[in-house]
Amino acid sequence: MIPELGQMALVLALCLALAQSFFGLVGAQRGSGAWMAAVRPAAVGQFLFTGLAFLLLVSCLLRSDFSVLYVAQNSNTELPWIYKIAAAWGAHEGSLLLWSTVLALWTVVVALFSRSLPQQFISRVLGVMGIISIGFLLFMLTTSDPFTRLLPAAQQGADLNPILQDPAMAGHPPMLYMGYVGLSVAFAFAVAALIGGKMDSTWARWARPWTIVAWLFLTLGITLGSWWSYYELGWGGWWFWDPVENASFMPWLVATALIHSLTVTEKRGMFKSWTALLAISAFSLSLLGTFLVRSGVLISVHAFATDPRRGIFVLALIAVVVGGSLALYAWRAPKLVSEDGFSALSRETFLLLNNLFLVVAAAAILLGTLYPLVLDALNLGKISVGPPYFNSIFMPLMLPLLILVGIGPYLFWKHDTLKRLLSQFKITVWIVAAVSILILVMLWGRAGIVTVLGVIIAGWLLISTAMGVVLRWRRRQKVTRGIWGMTLAHLGVGILALGIAVTSSFSVAEDTTLAPGQSTMVHGYRFAFDGTHNVRGPNYQAIEADISITRNGELITVLHPQKRIYDGASSSATEADLDPGLFRDLYVAMGDPLGNGAWSMRLQYKPLVRFLWFGGVLMALGGILAVSDRRRFATVIVSKSADAQQAVAKG
Amino acid sequence: MKALLFLLPAGILVLLILLFWRGLYLNPSQVPSPLIGKPLPQFSLPGVGGTPASLTSADFEGHVSILNVWATWCIPCRDEQPELVKLAQQKVVTIYGLNYKDDADSAVQWLQSRGNPYAKDGYDPKGKVALNFGVYGVPETFVVDSHGIIRHKYIGPLTASVISTQLIPLVHELEQVSK
Amino acid sequence: MRYIALLMLLVTIPALAVDSEPALPNAALQQRYELLTHQFRCLVCQNETIAESGAGLAADLRAQVRQQLIAGKSNEQIKQYMVARYGDFVLFKPPWQPNTWLLWGGPLLLLCIGAFVVINVVRRKTQLVRTSPGEVNGDDLKP
Repeated sequence: MIPELGQMALVLALCLALAQSFFGLVGAQRGSGAWMAAVRPAAVGQFLFTGLAFLLLVSCLLRSDFSVLYVAQNSNTELPWIYKIAAAWGAHEGSLLLWSTVLALWTVVVALFSRSLPQQFISRVLGVMGIISIGFLLFMLTTSDPFTRLLPAAQQGADLNPILQDPAMAGHPPMLYMGYVGLSVAFAFAVAALIGGKMDSTWARWARPWTIVAWLFLTLGITLGSWWSYYELGWGGWWFWDPVENASFMPWLVATALIHSLTVTEKRGMFKSWTALLAISAFSLSLLGTFLVRSGVLISVHAFATDPRRGIFVLALIAVVVGGSLALYAWRAPKLVSEDGFSALSRETFLLLNNLFLVVAAAAILLGTLYPLVLDALNLGKISVGPPYFNSIFMPLMLPLLILVGIGPYLFWKHDTLKRLLSQFKITVWIVAAVSILILVMLWGRAGIVTVLGVIIAGWLLISTAMGVVLRWRRRQKVTRGIWGMTLAHLGVGILALGIAVTSSFSVAEDTTLAPGQSTMVHGYRFAFDGTHNVRGPNYQAIEADISITRNGELITVLHPQKRIYDGASSSATEADLDPGLFRDLYVAMGDPLGNGAWSMRLQYKPLVRFLWFGGVLMALGGILAVSDRRRFATVIVSKSADAQQAVAKG
Repeated sequence: MKALLFLLPAGILVLLILLFWRGLYLNPSQVPSPLIGKPLPQFSLPGVGGTPASLTSADFEGHVSILNVWATWCIPCRDEQPELVKLAQQKVVTIYGLNYKDDADSAVQWLQSRGNPYAKDGYDPKGKVALNFGVYGVPETFVVDSHGIIRHKYIGPLTASVISTQLIPLVHELEQVSK
Repeated sequence: MRYIALLMLLVTIPALAVDSEPALPNAALQQRYELLTHQFRCLVCQNETIAESGAGLAADLRAQVRQQLIAGKSNEQIKQYMVARYGDFVLFKPPWQPNTWLLWGGPLLLLCIGAFVVINVVRRKTQLVRTSPGEVNGDDLKP
């Protein structure tokens, strides 16, 4: 009964999404107030029914209802209840339902928080979001129904992949989806503006907060994923340039460019068609990610079990949604020209450069990710593109950008002079010079030129960003939340860059064999193997090793890496253990038993690796601060009428 | 001109969609063999107990052959085994086996209980010869012509359809050429 | 289909490959070993190098690399050995050859095109600068 209720809820949600789209888009076109008034209720209804379907699936999982195929394939009575819930998004059908639910959630939030926006505009926005909802609901109902029955019901379900039974892993998809799906808001805003033929600073001011929120969720989702893979996968890696990782990184890069481009449109009414294109592209890359994970077109550890039929559906969805919006763009965007200008030395130019580097980076990653497919499809050979490629093209693009980020926030809009700009850096230059000399002294001979450059540039960024706030204080200027947001986000970037530079070059890994009682030195730390013992976990058996780590005779910690065999599995899984620290991690993973109690092990010293995720979190915090700038929201409401008049005048 | 520029994103999308559509019918993880068109590697292996002793590269000269890489621990190999036996019974082509990283006793047992399609079966417990063939998984099947040149590699378990549409026509073609 | 499922199973439960073999006779060889094993893709766990992968094939290939290093082969020869058997796919870093020129040159090309566009936009915009006072907030450094 309950699964059938779930299916019905989805059908009802689809009907409401159809209503939402129809009344939204046609209503706005006809200027019919009555029709447009129907959009919000439809959106709320769609959210309620989609949400209901999701809760019903979770209920089937919690009750271990193995008459539902999805539950039988992805859950098990032995699974801790938290992971039964996480199984809701652990496989294809469930994750689609999560996608739809998150989309419905964003839709209803947009519907409820947009009272101050013109009705025609918001109807179009909700109408466009409705079309995307229709796409995903149809996808589920036609090819990927999470409520399909399994009759006769199974006695017991299959087990969730054991390495996915982890809080970070459970939380990573919802966080990412909030980001991916959130970019549909900026997308809908852009399409609605293109349909209406009107895009101005007000539009940008409305669109920006939504984009920042989606962006910060995406930032957190990616950070979580990286952190999880670091402690879970056993070899201390934190980014693999896997196609699906790239599929989350590309929208992030474009969304970052979008936030900055929206600033220019908001402040100066320029870059309008470019901003629209970015908004469309960011969400398109989200959809592309959805395609890549489910179609089997690329090799990835993240891929769900694939089926060409699913791939075809998502491809059709992309063709309709992205194709439609790009056609609209080609038609309407040429009219969005601004007659305003700016000097070569201005904030506009630097933001344009920001966009250049971010977009080229995203395009380069897309090239590398799809290249093997292109060659294979054209019968030109079979190659694979891995981290060496991505690292060598990505780093050179980021270094110039990081330099620019330290300068951009200081520049005036429209016109600035070199003399005035340089005057801002009088103190900064000395601090950076001193720090750079320190860095050179510390790293000389110990690291390559690229690393040294990377560390110095990261240092430059951190100092310059911090000084931006210091100079304001000195001038007794107000530091708004918006400025704090930007500052924190840029500091986050600097810390991330510093972490990457240092951990990539200075990590030490030693593969060695130790018998109980033996020890070895890694970067000044003595790792002593004290022996192993057996442990029993909730759903696994394990051999646990005791590794005491000392430095200069003082005990730092005792680590307990394990070799686990999950119940029902035939191969073992490595569970690494680590000692986290602000400035370094110590990391141990077991290899194979070699007889007489000896084991092969990998022992690692990883400096500043936490800075990676700390940087990510800081960026997200910056985003939260930027969005919570109340002055900005007040302006939106207060100047609504003024802007509406202005917008009409500009036509 | 400017209008064309605005159509560029849409144009790129069309290309990408075509690419992905084609990609849906490709298999990204299948590694094609660079040995196609090259002579098979020189080797000499002892036989798996129960079949005539030894399999060497010389056995491939003078007639078209099929080399099937298999193991008892490989589940898809169980599926393709009956098809191989059927093919052997048709006496269309000589089938040799390469027993990959397996236990000799299990292999003998397997062949006795399930039937032996192999004229000769080489025993490669360390997989060293298989490495020279570029084997990266089981089962894999090679078609070798009468001059010892590798002409085709099929990755995955053989099915009746694959045998009849890919292998047998190729075998006939190669036999014609060598006449 | 099941073969793919099995492959997926192998891929989703990664076993750490910690080298259980003793180190090579001299440090230079060991260093080359580290370098080389990080250059070849494991064909079973296809997103890992043979250095990291826990698959049996990876262990076999590592043993091959070790053997060949001891036998005095050069890095290039060992690379050729792998490519002859598994094709370009086995190289973790795409080789520089006609069918990868676009791959390696692409990003630079994109950057040049982008830079060209930016220069043109800035040039056009500087011509449009109107010196109307009051449009710029002198102290407005808000993002």
